[in-house]
Amino acid sequence: MKTSLTINGTEHQLDADSRTTLLDALRNHLDLTGTKKGCDHGQCGACTLIVNGRRINSCLSLACMHDGDEITTIEGLGQPGNLSDLQDAFVKHDGFQCGYCTPGQICSATAMLQEVKDGWPSHVSADLTGDVDLTNAEISERMSGNLCRCAAYPNIVDAIRETAEGRK
Amino acid sequence: MNAHLKMDKPDDRNRLDDMAQGLLGTAMDRPEGPLKVTGTATYAHEAHQPGMLHGVLVRATIARGTLDGVEAAAVEKMPGVRKVMWGDKFLRNPAQGTANKAPVQGSSEIYYIGQPVALVVADSFEAARHGAQSLELRMTAGTAVPDAKADGVAVERPEKKQSSMGDLKAAMQDAAFTVDQRYTTPGHNSAPMEPHSAIAWWDGDQLTLHASNQMLKYNVNEVADSLGIDPENVHLLAPYVGGGFGSKLGISPDAVAAALAAKELGVPVSVMLTRQQVFENVMRRSETAQDFQLAADKDGVLRGIGHTARVSQLPDESFAEPVTQATPFLYKGENRETHMEIVRVNQTCAGSVRAPGEAVGLTALEIAMDELAVATGIDPVELRKRNIPDRSPGEDKPFSSHKLAEALDDGAAIFGWADRKKGATDGEWLIGYGMSSAARVNMIGESHARVTLNPDGTLLIETDMTDIGTGTYAILTQIAGEMLGVPQDRIETRLGDSKLPKSAGSGGSWGASSAGSSVYMACEKLRQTIAAKLNCDEGDLTLKDGTATFANKQTPLTDLVGDAPMVVEGAIEPGKTQKDFRQATFGSFFCEVGVNSVTGEVRLRRMHGSFAAGRILNAKTARSQCLGGMTFGIGMALTEELIQDTRDGHLVNHDLAEYHIPVNADVPQLSVNFIAERDPYANPMQAKGIGELGICGAGAAIINAIYDATGVRVRDLPATMDKILPGLPDV
Amino acid sequence: MKPFDYIRADSTTHATRAAGQGANFIAGGTNLLDLMKLEVMAPHKLVDINRLDLHQITEVDGGLRIGALVSNSDLAADMTVRKQYPVLSEALLAGASGQLRNKATTGGNLLQRTRCYYFYDTAMPCNKREPGTGCQAMEGATRLHAILGTSDACIASHPSDMAVAMRLLDAVVEIESAGGAVRSVPLSEFYRLPGQTPHIETVLEPSDLIIAVTLPAPAKGAQTYRKVRDRASYAFAMVSVAARVQMDEGTITDAALAFGGIGSQPWRNPAVEKALIGQKPSPELFAKAADILLADAKPQKDNAFKVPLTRRTLIATLKELCGKDAA
Repeated sequence: MKTSLTINGTEHQLDADSRTTLLDALRNHLDLTGTKKGCDHGQCGACTLIVNGRRINSCLSLACMHDGDEITTIEGLGQPGNLSDLQDAFVKHDGFQCGYCTPGQICSATAMLQEVKDGWPSHVSADLTGDVDLTNAEISERMSGNLCRCAAYPNIVDAIRETAEGRK
Repeated sequence: MNAHLKMDKPDDRNRLDDMAQGLLGTAMDRPEGPLKVTGTATYAHEAHQPGMLHGVLVRATIARGTLDGVEAAAVEKMPGVRKVMWGDKFLRNPAQGTANKAPVQGSSEIYYIGQPVALVVADSFEAARHGAQSLELRMTAGTAVPDAKADGVAVERPEKKQSSMGDLKAAMQDAAFTVDQRYTTPGHNSAPMEPHSAIAWWDGDQLTLHASNQMLKYNVNEVADSLGIDPENVHLLAPYVGGGFGSKLGISPDAVAAALAAKELGVPVSVMLTRQQVFENVMRRSETAQDFQLAADKDGVLRGIGHTARVSQLPDESFAEPVTQATPFLYKGENRETHMEIVRVNQTCAGSVRAPGEAVGLTALEIAMDELAVATGIDPVELRKRNIPDRSPGEDKPFSSHKLAEALDDGAAIFGWADRKKGATDGEWLIGYGMSSAARVNMIGESHARVTLNPDGTLLIETDMTDIGTGTYAILTQIAGEMLGVPQDRIETRLGDSKLPKSAGSGGSWGASSAGSSVYMACEKLRQTIAAKLNCDEGDLTLKDGTATFANKQTPLTDLVGDAPMVVEGAIEPGKTQKDFRQATFGSFFCEVGVNSVTGEVRLRRMHGSFAAGRILNAKTARSQCLGGMTFGIGMALTEELIQDTRDGHLVNHDLAEYHIPVNADVPQLSVNFIAERDPYANPMQAKGIGELGICGAGAAIINAIYDATGVRVRDLPATMDKILPGLPDV
Repeated sequence: MKPFDYIRADSTTHATRAAGQGANFIAGGTNLLDLMKLEVMAPHKLVDINRLDLHQITEVDGGLRIGALVSNSDLAADMTVRKQYPVLSEALLAGASGQLRNKATTGGNLLQRTRCYYFYDTAMPCNKREPGTGCQAMEGATRLHAILGTSDACIASHPSDMAVAMRLLDAVVEIESAGGAVRSVPLSEFYRLPGQTPHIETVLEPSDLIIAVTLPAPAKGAQTYRKVRDRASYAFAMVSVAARVQMDEGTITDAALAFGGIGSQPWRNPAVEKALIGQKPSPELFAKAADILLADAKPQKDNAFKVPLTRRTLIATLKELCGKDAA
């Protein structure tokens, strides 16, 4: 199955079994192992990346469904020595321990902050139609699709809040 | 050069307090942080090799019986499939921590549903997975014991795991207040985010294995013994491990399967457990049934403690969750009974899950203590303080250092325990407060590290120690930097390679103090060498920012090293201070919960932990370890439960959708504080383990808060809504 | 996952023509791929409908026509939905995670399969997965399972949050069949009770494609969606209640109630609503409504708590919507 994917601004031609998920395409075919496999069933969020501006679980999407899509993975957000604001804040606040869920957390948070900017409410928003006040509870709810067994959650919340406030 | 210390005597020189670099103990960022946040740290399934094939394991679907054969030919005809393998060398069970030899092996005998009995290897993961799903197994069912709680199950009471002191029965009769209750906890899964994985390849008789393991020195021997090869021929690499929590102490079926397939096919082979296989294959914490008897006098002082714990395990396994581990030393009482009972059951192997023993045993004890506080009317903090013993009463040993009272007071003050309001509500939510003590045994294991001071003034630290998220890269860097006065950016720490000096590995909260002490020993020797070059005593030498200072004279380190690097291998091993003294870490938990008066849903609103664990090596990573432990406690109290079908023992909720580890929204902004402590009996750094203390008792604080909020005493964890509903007022 | 033919449809006609027995449409794929990986579902053909022009939300006849491919995120964030159908936004936002909502679609969510542990495990008998093999859940672990609308062949619950709100809102499903005929099926007639054929869950024929879901003009009254679950987020409902109540001078003039987590399908019982309409709110009235709802409940060992839990949640929800008058 021939598929063209634009990943972190670079076009890649993939010719893989149609059963190949976007996650396995990255990891097993394109040598982009920053995106992690934690459960392979959309239950942990470790494989989160950004497709056409939206965060998704790459384990629950076939690569061939993304022909022509713009994909941003953790490798595209920053590199050592040139970290994104969120990546930098995750290091500073120890928003991880083992680091395995971290690329997913950071991709998720990157897109989540855009959702907030777009005024999307969440389950914990007091008012469905009002402005979003990015409280700790809002961040936690919006980040609950990313499990962290080391449980860096409080630090992840701090890192995201600081980044969001810094951008104001 | 070598520097070796057997810890036979306390070291109260507190030499690290004399150092000048100011690096140790600080909240230094993890040096590997930039790699982890950019996805460039490489975990086990990322060392992809040219021509690598993919293997997927196949599970047994009966609880007991034999595997008589597999329909390999049909699967080997499928597109992309290269080979179907099974046999005597496949692991039946994963290896227990520090096993150091092969675990139980063999595909032909089936002992539990989910046992990995065969491997399908294919050109692609997709082809291997479909092959594995298609493989028909020829099995003959035998008789299984699927349910550890069934009436009439056979119970083992190993002699070594029973102890009696005084007369508990009489103490219970004479007591002013008693608690006599059963507490039960369900099975738990470590659920590290990285599934157990391995990539193996051979160069002649040399095996290279990238695997997710916590203890390489043992793991090498486990792999070699499983394969029947010389350990010298195994090169094991685990520079980054995506969480372990006990489940990666020993080797898992993926590693041996990958090695066998790579040998058979002559190319690199990768095997990653599916998430369901992680649940089914790699260690469960046994469920426990714990009977507690507390006998207290009129002042709430314990005169007797009885603790009988029943756990389950597969046949042929010696590990039993050491539920009663903290009971002998935590509280007073001259009349004591502690007993362990084991039921053999056909379920996934039971093994270490974060803080085996205390995680569940102390949690039950701390719920019982809350019941005693209610019975006596004594404040639960005060009750605990009255029961702190001078010596370990069940072991007749002195404590090495004991800061429980300080931790209780500190936690109470920070949390505002005295200001809590009885009967508070917030809309539909009933508010309650609870607390508990924390305790965990402390130990070290033999550990070696090599420290190289290079002519350019840079430092290299090498050991086979792992960093499973625990902060090893950070703390070894800090210890060496502090001792030798070298700034962080001039230090490199290399870990997770079995060719490096052998460490104790990560587990049992001993990693930092064991590996750290070996680095300390090497650095102390280097300091002596430098001092000798300056003709001074090591104690008079100040090393800071790459400069040695003695008698107001400053000399750059680079001038002292010379042309050849200075290399020292440091080592530590446990000695008399471990045997003759009760070493432990202590702490306290305080929390506020809301219980929904309509639905019985419990939400944690606030939680604080104060901990004493000797010298804190990195304030940031130590705090993170405690946050992680406390969150395991939240899961244990509220959501985590392995559900086995009692008819066949199979694990019903074998995924992350239905085994509920806490999500971000379950965890408020927890707070942590450390009590200043130096434990000279622990090691020359006076540091103790911190990786597990945060879970030990944490769940009890939440259960006790639920009682405070509702009057519902949950003795069967987790406290899901169904257990709370019957005690709530009408809507 | 079994190999399959992959076809990217460029029109609904193309899609329905390409589909048929043994084929599946794939949109978000969040549940289908999950099940295909386990070979619980094993279509020989996948018809990718993501490029079809079914992404719009449009106002029609005072109501709303939601394209089948509108994502859960976009639907929850739509300002008309937030203002006019808040129960739908709330239900969507209570479901799954941000990532899954970005992928999951309106049509797909209606077709979400059960989370029954035994359905998910191909080593276990399951009448829904393999008709005639038996129901292993019945005597097994049943915390997730239904108490209403079950049969002796299946006790699986429907896991969707969105569909519960859609049921409350009297949504109508627009279906295009092979050949291009379009028919409208009210959601109340869309799902089938398990009976002896739990593998047949809806009225859809193999080539039928959901192209839209329409909502009638918003009904009056206060709306809410309350979800009760084991975790604070990212967990399926033990019980959920979607409710709309209209009050006039202390009397309930209109009411609608739908339930999740307890039914073999998104559950609604008109008799419960009838009992409320025209009455003054009171604890007795609410208790009577709960009695009617739960009269036929058939709980299992592990989910017996859903009976009192549903009762309590329903009563509290009614109290909230009826306001002070309920006291």
